Amino acid sequence: MAMPITHYLRTSKMPHIWCAGCGHGMVLGAVLRAIDSLGLDKDQVCVVSGIGCASRAPGYLDFNTLHTTHGRALAFATGIRMVKPGMKVIVLTGDGDAAAIGGNHLIHAARRNIGIATVCFNNSIYGMTSGQYSPMTPTGSYASTAPYGHIEEPFDLCELVYAAGASYVARGTAYHALLLSKLIAKAIATDGFSFVEAITQCPTYYGRRNRMRTAVDMLKWQKEHGVPVASAARMSPEEMVGKFRIGELGTRTRPEYTRRYAAIIEVAEKGEAERDA
Amino acid sequence: MPGSVEAGPAVEGRPPEVPVEINAKWCKGCDICVAFCPKEVLVRPEGEKAQVAHPEKCTRCGLCEIMCPDLAIVVIPARKGARAQAQGGAGDA
Repeated sequence: MAMPITHYLRTSKMPHIWCAGCGHGMVLGAVLRAIDSLGLDKDQVCVVSGIGCASRAPGYLDFNTLHTTHGRALAFATGIRMVKPGMKVIVLTGDGDAAAIGGNHLIHAARRNIGIATVCFNNSIYGMTSGQYSPMTPTGSYASTAPYGHIEEPFDLCELVYAAGASYVARGTAYHALLLSKLIAKAIATDGFSFVEAITQCPTYYGRRNRMRTAVDMLKWQKEHGVPVASAARMSPEEMVGKFRIGELGTRTRPEYTRRYAAIIEVAEKGEAERDA
Repeated sequence: MPGSVEAGPAVEGRPPEVPVEINAKWCKGCDICVAFCPKEVLVRPEGEKAQVAHPEKCTRCGLCEIMCPDLAIVVIPARKGARAQAQGGAGDA
């Protein structure tokens, strides 16, 4: 890193609130290393979050930050990006915040392709409220609200966001921290809506209910189940059962929303000028 | 590449170089650094925070720093003098 990590932290707020072994600090470290690698001016970055464990992150960060209402980080971020199109707007959100409460904001931000980088800390559970299942909880796993095993299928959030129109979609894990940091850097540099799903561990409410007693067990699980996209392309569907792809999952070039908006303002002003003439 | 970097003999009155700094106020004792260090440099005695037990084995690979969920670990780049000495010492390795 060009700058020490403390350069980007409100050190007076540390240590953070997350449990021992929680992967959120690892994902946050990857976000900070990504920002550092891009050499961004701290005043030109705005980090926005909703509610939940992951959404506590901006409180520790020395950028422009906003801690908003549940699921609405992208709505606030859209407003910021509209009035400050030069600002790098980064949303840090959890799987419940992004996929359940904020699911609608997520797909519409992707559809508009507004230039916001979203990092979803996916720990498969609502940690802050003691372990209820989320739309990202794997089928068959246990949660405080699924004591006999979860009967629903989770979203493939990356596929969903890409289908909705995002310019860049990727997935990493807390274990693959260097890869995650590179993916987040590319997401922040993307012109358009970008989304990185960061698979992270909640040892307190997910791991201990699902035969992974410690954070170390959960990180080993990430290591064994995350398959780089290039390797996954050579594997059969049977070999991929229970595993997930990591790396860049989709990139495309589409017009960015705030620039389209600026262009339509020009059209409208021209029209009014002609009408008034 | 040398297999290991000298933890740092005292150079001209400076204290011995420690390759890994652990901020004990931020460390929550999760054992991730201890488990994933490829050289078993770190330990965590029961009820305590992570500690550097074998600085001489450290290769400064940086894994503990990027995996620490508490952002409590910094791997110090080798001092020029120490690095030259380590590389000189690694000639027979």
